[in-house]
Amino acid sequence: MNATAETQPQPVAENEALVMARRRRAQKLQILSLFALVIVLPLAVRNSYYIHVIIFIGLNLILATGLNLLMGYAGQVSLGHAAFFGIGAYASGILTATYGWNAWPAMLAALVVTCLVAWLVGRPTLRLKGHYLAMATLGVGIIVSVVLRQWVDLTGGPAGMKTTGITTFGWELRSDADVHYYYFVWGWVCVLTILFANLVESRPGRALRALHDSELAAQILGIDTAAFKVRAFVISAAYASIAGTLYAHSSMRFISPTPFGFQTSIALLVMVVLGGQGTLWGPVVGAVTITFIQEFLRPFGEWEIVVYGLILMVLMVVMPGGLARGLGMLWHWGRERVGRLRAARAGGGA
Amino acid sequence: MTAVQVWQFFLSGLTTGGTYALIALGFSLVYNATGVINFAQGEFVMLGGMITATAIAAWGLPLWLAALIAVAITTVVGLVLDRAAIRPARHSSVVVLIIITVGASIFIRGLASIIWGPNERPLPAFSGEAPIVIFGATITAQSLWVLGATLVTALIMWAIFEYTIVGKAMRACAINPHAAQLCGIELSRMVSWSFALAAAVGAIAGIVLAPITMAQYNVGTMLGLKGFCAAILGGLGNGLGGILGGLVLGVLEALGAGLVSSQYKDAIAFIVLIIVLLIRPSGLLGREGGDP
Amino acid sequence: MRTLMSHKTLPLALLALMAVAVILVGCPPQPTEDVPPMDATPPVEDNTPTGEAIKIGGIFDTSGAASALGEPEANTAMMLQEKINAEGGIDGRPVEIVIRDTKGDEVEGLTVTKELIEKENVVAIVGPSRSGTTMAIIDYIESAEVPLVSCAAARAITDPVKKWVFNTPQSDEDAVTKIFGYCNAQGITKIATMTASSGFGIEGLKQLEKLAPAAGIEIVGKEEFTDSDKDFAPQLTNIKNSDAQAMVCWGIGPAPSLIAKGAHDLGFEIPVIMSHGVANQRFIDGAGEGAEGVILPAGKLLVADQLPDDDPHKELLLQYAADYEAKYDKAADTFGGHAWDAVMIVVKAIEANGAEPAQIRDGVESTTDFAGIGGTFNFSADAHYGLNPEAFVMVTIQNGEWTLLDAASADDAATDEEPTG
Repeated sequence: MNATAETQPQPVAENEALVMARRRRAQKLQILSLFALVIVLPLAVRNSYYIHVIIFIGLNLILATGLNLLMGYAGQVSLGHAAFFGIGAYASGILTATYGWNAWPAMLAALVVTCLVAWLVGRPTLRLKGHYLAMATLGVGIIVSVVLRQWVDLTGGPAGMKTTGITTFGWELRSDADVHYYYFVWGWVCVLTILFANLVESRPGRALRALHDSELAAQILGIDTAAFKVRAFVISAAYASIAGTLYAHSSMRFISPTPFGFQTSIALLVMVVLGGQGTLWGPVVGAVTITFIQEFLRPFGEWEIVVYGLILMVLMVVMPGGLARGLGMLWHWGRERVGRLRAARAGGGA
Repeated sequence: MTAVQVWQFFLSGLTTGGTYALIALGFSLVYNATGVINFAQGEFVMLGGMITATAIAAWGLPLWLAALIAVAITTVVGLVLDRAAIRPARHSSVVVLIIITVGASIFIRGLASIIWGPNERPLPAFSGEAPIVIFGATITAQSLWVLGATLVTALIMWAIFEYTIVGKAMRACAINPHAAQLCGIELSRMVSWSFALAAAVGAIAGIVLAPITMAQYNVGTMLGLKGFCAAILGGLGNGLGGILGGLVLGVLEALGAGLVSSQYKDAIAFIVLIIVLLIRPSGLLGREGGDP
Repeated sequence: MRTLMSHKTLPLALLALMAVAVILVGCPPQPTEDVPPMDATPPVEDNTPTGEAIKIGGIFDTSGAASALGEPEANTAMMLQEKINAEGGIDGRPVEIVIRDTKGDEVEGLTVTKELIEKENVVAIVGPSRSGTTMAIIDYIESAEVPLVSCAAARAITDPVKKWVFNTPQSDEDAVTKIFGYCNAQGITKIATMTASSGFGIEGLKQLEKLAPAAGIEIVGKEEFTDSDKDFAPQLTNIKNSDAQAMVCWGIGPAPSLIAKGAHDLGFEIPVIMSHGVANQRFIDGAGEGAEGVILPAGKLLVADQLPDDDPHKELLLQYAADYEAKYDKAADTFGGHAWDAVMIVVKAIEANGAEPAQIRDGVESTTDFAGIGGTFNFSADAHYGLNPEAFVMVTIQNGEWTLLDAASADDAATDEEPTG
């Protein structure tokens, strides 16, 4: 039971550079279409309830993209990613609400704190071979959620704390006007997705992928694998921190320790694996699918959670490579079938 | 702070540690056979307690029969989990298998909340409620049951691995699955065995713990987490290490709560975990340089 | 396969995104009202009110950490809907209570609130069960201008007063006042606290610390526990070895029962005082012998049959308990009572003032002398919490039964001060 079964025969590339260029062009197109969709969606969806749902899909997307970098490219698992989400949310929430900072420097400060914590955890554990990061992050996740609960003077404890909105040069982003916040959050999604796409196609990104395929081979090629893994981990924590800040200033204007616990860490893991780790669109598919499964299951009442668990198991058994790959293969298969049918018909007609 | 107080913390920590130890043992069993961290392990514990409580309260069965039924049903659940979800996906990566166990734990917990409702269920202590005083510290008779069950289960496991063909085969698979298969050991059967044993051990933990903590549909999550922590502490995949890790964790938690701060009790356990990971990554008894 | 998606999968990505758009856009025309809500009750045949239904939202934590609160609340709301409609509805219009589950999660709570207000067009909302889930929707409620009657107790919900937000459970402040009144009567001056690290426990500790000096009580030991804890011996040992004359424990769920049991096992000689959070039968079942002699402030529901006949709430309480038990085959508890009060306050407001959100809000705010399960409610423009310490009675547990403590000790608790907010 290891990863070898996952590799699929790939069409031999005619020319590495050509393939790369083509892939980049395709990605640009994909991201552009995401942009277009983001811009026009509120025109079609007027109900602020749906806008609200899509805002939180966006937050999940940022979280999942960060985690995808770590899991799909650096081959490491984090069992406590919600902690970085929480540090981001609380650091900027406390700095703005308690100390009266503007949200932008607060976001930056939150980012610095999160990266520091991630670096402190990642540096020693990622030098070791194996899944020590998963275990250490599990611990960090629990410790952070205990601290958020217990440091009542600072965090308000389990009762939570009120936060403020985001003001830019005297102009306040009205987060209760959902469409504004929608564009704000999805603006970040687009920026961070482009960043991600560039990152994984850059030299360090390719190094990471080599590392995921075979750590030994990467080391032989002279890649300092540990350093790359630490970098990937810190960046993925930074993504979570940004999502945290966006959460803290969302229309709830309220944060409590509940969403930053172990359950969220696991939900994020599920999102990435279900969507397809190591693909650009995996997190998108994962975040959207999970949100819709939950929306769809709401009328099931108490059976909801049972059906959710069942769907999760079935999907993972049927599509172990993730939905993005699974659907891709399905599409591929379907197109081939259609092509063959067409060819057959053309042949028959002649 | 008197010595008696510290002795009291130590004793009560040992009780909690006993359950952590049993849960850790379950984690190690599955980990050795598959490399998978079974997130449904905590649910086995929950099932053990819940089924026993129901069998006694609703069906009026005697304790020994109720416990036997609980272990049997939970074992079947473990087997079904393996056959229905793990085996069909056995060629997938470890992370995918972990997510499947996450799905299974959500599924089992959800079903349990529908069947039994959200409320906790008490279970009478096996041999009376009267507290026992040992050198000034009080301990309930049920605590002795927990420690006894831990000890006996550990011995049985040791005997299985040492003296039975199945046990030896499972050890072979853990050391080198490919070589084991070459010797004619069927890997997937060993995986089934490991799930069955892990479920049974989990159920036993749940049964002896239930009179102390009451059975509830959602106890599995936190217990599973602590058991996992204990397993890492002792060296994941190392049975004896897991038991030691469980006991150490329980005692540290109790000492932490009593002497340092009851507020940060849960954090103390995991801070210890991180320190151990940094100093001795393979755990207390794990092989040096071994892969976790 | 570990590479990024190739150009071949571009159509797929687009397809996925388009699917999102289609589903989203396609959703609004299919109202989900067709889907029966959980625990849906069959339409009532006789005396069926006609006319457009008045829709009230019910948001409860029916799953997740606070499900023990959410379940009886949701059940009570469904029971009341059936009852009100069987009696002809409100002014001939049937009432429909649309129930949603927050799963104990704040984002989910806000999501379902938005769904209820913007898709279901409810005119008022009762719930959520927990303070966290309530606090997370307050800003939105204020901007949506729909009245909310919460079933959560935290002071922050109604202090400072928010225009559209009310709550029904007895406050921790009133519970502490009642407990300190009892301590004074018994000559207890030194207590140790054992509080949960949950929102409920921390709020309780805050009130205990705040009110102790005025009541002449000294807190000589402070211990905490988490709701998922299973072993409490370390904390209890520390308390046992302190010079406290009573232990005050503040928590909900199984933990307080285990604490009472643990105190019994350790041979506690000082009285154990619990909060109103344990006022249900499960506490006695769980604590076993440890429950004997535990003292707590509780709503009157628990000892309804022992109340004097002239108590204004007695009949109502007995009726509710009987109805609930008949329908769900379970004993009614205080939490269900919070939902009863919330729903009925909204219903009374509609009857008195009309079914528009603003009318309901004004109606709730001008509710006075409303006898509910939790006590007698008096709301006003500067008090969106409507009870006072008299909503509590001090009870103890004898032979596994709730027993009303004698009226003398219960009475002088309420005489010290009567906070209105």
